[in-house]
Amino acid sequence: AALKGELRFQVSVALKEGRVTPTELCQRCLSLIKSTKFLNAYITVAEETALKQAEESEKRYRRGQPLGVLDGIPVAVKDNFNTAGIETTCASNMLKGYISPYNATVVQKLLDQGAVLLGKTNLDEFAMGSGSTDGIFGPVRNPWSYSRQYKEKSHSEDKEPNWVITGGSSGGSAAAVSSFTCFAALGSDTGGSTRNPAAHCGVVGLKPTYGLISRHGLIPLVNSMDVPGILARCVDDASVVLGSLAGHDPKDSTTIQDNFKPFELPNLTDVSQLSIGIPKEYHAPGLSSEILALWSKAADLFKNAGAKVIEVSLPHTRYSIVCYHVLCTAEVASNMARFDGLEYGHRSDMKKSTESMYAATRREGFNDVVRGRILSGNYFLLKQNYENYFIKAQKVRRLIANDFVKVFGSGVDILLTPTTLSDAVPYVEFIKEDNRTRSAQDDILTQAANMAGLPAINVPTGLSERGLPVGLQFIGRSFHEKQLLTVAKWFEKQVKFPMIQLEVKRHDHSACHNQKSASFS
Amino acid sequence: MRALYLGRWLRTAPGAARSRRLPLPPARAVLTAPGASPAPVPPRPAWRHGEQRPPPQHKVTVEVLDHLERLALVDFRDAEGVERLQKAIQFADQLHEVNTDGVEPMDSVLEDRCLYLREDDVTEGNCTNELLKNAREKVEEYFVAPPGNIPLPKLEERDTFLQGP
Repeated sequence: AALKGELRFQVSVALKEGRVTPTELCQRCLSLIKSTKFLNAYITVAEETALKQAEESEKRYRRGQPLGVLDGIPVAVKDNFNTAGIETTCASNMLKGYISPYNATVVQKLLDQGAVLLGKTNLDEFAMGSGSTDGIFGPVRNPWSYSRQYKEKSHSEDKEPNWVITGGSSGGSAAAVSSFTCFAALGSDTGGSTRNPAAHCGVVGLKPTYGLISRHGLIPLVNSMDVPGILARCVDDASVVLGSLAGHDPKDSTTIQDNFKPFELPNLTDVSQLSIGIPKEYHAPGLSSEILALWSKAADLFKNAGAKVIEVSLPHTRYSIVCYHVLCTAEVASNMARFDGLEYGHRSDMKKSTESMYAATRREGFNDVVRGRILSGNYFLLKQNYENYFIKAQKVRRLIANDFVKVFGSGVDILLTPTTLSDAVPYVEFIKEDNRTRSAQDDILTQAANMAGLPAINVPTGLSERGLPVGLQFIGRSFHEKQLLTVAKWFEKQVKFPMIQLEVKRHDHSACHNQKSASFS
Repeated sequence: MRALYLGRWLRTAPGAARSRRLPLPPARAVLTAPGASPAPVPPRPAWRHGEQRPPPQHKVTVEVLDHLERLALVDFRDAEGVERLQKAIQFADQLHEVNTDGVEPMDSVLEDRCLYLREDDVTEGNCTNELLKNAREKVEEYFVAPPGNIPLPKLEERDTFLQGP
């Protein structure tokens, strides 16, 4: 049976009807993971536990009692979420060999729904970066580097074209979803870490409102901005995963107490009641002309469909990345203080004194990026700098958040912006600049939504001239995910983003040129 | 011709199974298409980087660098590490261009909501063994640390890059 693995809904239906079993699905995904090992998307593949979970799911389907829509669906989780019994490394030497004693709340919720956890995905070390290139397990390769669409446009006769980055920091999760090894994946989003790789890998990346989904078990980067992110192949899938994860968690006091009701997305046909805002500052310096054109076409699309499309202004956008830089490094300096080698993680052999042991452990465990941010953060938090940098940044944060309040208060429902400045760059180009410079460049369009805690989603929109995915971003009002996702779903339907034509040698060593790469038969 | 483009794009008929790429017109057509009202997307960047870059600050002194290494218990490692900090400070200095008179600092986007306290009842615990599993040095139910209350050696006696040549 030709399974359209593209839409999880369809797979769900297939599972229910018995056309495919959870164990078959799990095995195919595991096999595909092996075939796509060169992507380096996974750090740990939990083969045994995944198959056990799949077997349990199969028993439930046979009894006619699946736990829900997610029962038996293979998922992957970014390696900065704690997963009981499975190594959680954050791609760092500091946590290499660390076996979590508990499941993060979001992981537990997925497992309670019967999802099959395939493994932990690769990321930048401690989620610091915008390329998924700075972890100890090496960089993640964008599956589109191996697509027919990219190869056709690369004009290289015999040599393999340079592979491109996935974006970051949830690059492994994005690559896993994009290459069909799982149906949905969890990422985290602090400055754009879910939406950026989603745009580069051609998948849907949702950043929920801050406070909607529990952060308990997510190894923290910036406590006031982190959120778990959802990566999926279509907006409906993202919505279903959101439905199973959102809601108050007594273990995370930053989750709101309001009752959350999972929703099904309506099929919007009439957008004439919508007001779409185009923030002019999001034409940031360096925005590629291709993405500008796509953004324009999208605006025209809404206008021609009857929506009100107006230009708006978020005047403090250009300071968002500077503000983030200060607040992030300051919170990082605090959050990384827990890594001292005593209770968990790497421990140095230095025994002279507690302080020298801590110093040696941290010197050995952290990479340059992490150490750099800790030191910068401590600088901004020094007594002589506290007012001028940290407090100043907090004030600027309020100005940024107020910009959004003003715009949404003036009747705009959703903002439409680009997600990234350009399509994915080749790895060899990306590493020419250091991590901080790259993050400052790449997070420019995604960062402000984290500052203000607003929900935002990347929807894959089209292919660039080089054959690589480009996405557009929708930003919504706080806790208005239903409206945001409804509009995103309408847009997704209009643009009909092409399926990746991945050329992969199957694990059984027979070359397989998948026309409909989604089918697992 | 242009109307055709958009018309095709707008069709939502199901069963259009051919995967269709979003057709990209040449850049000029977007701005000067006859009959179409200008798109609200600004054709030029709305701002430029570093328009009013303040003068570079004085270099961070070795005393401050040493102080940072002690506070953070993390080392600069080499000149590149120190340079990184300098660049980070210069980048952060852009904040001073913004007028924040009368603006209160924002700690959390959820500041308008109540933080609820729960009942002071023990609901979980008794997981000593699990927690000890991840520690390298332990004795019975204790984590073992090297002797404390010994300050880090002074700059001159430490093996750090900041010592200088």
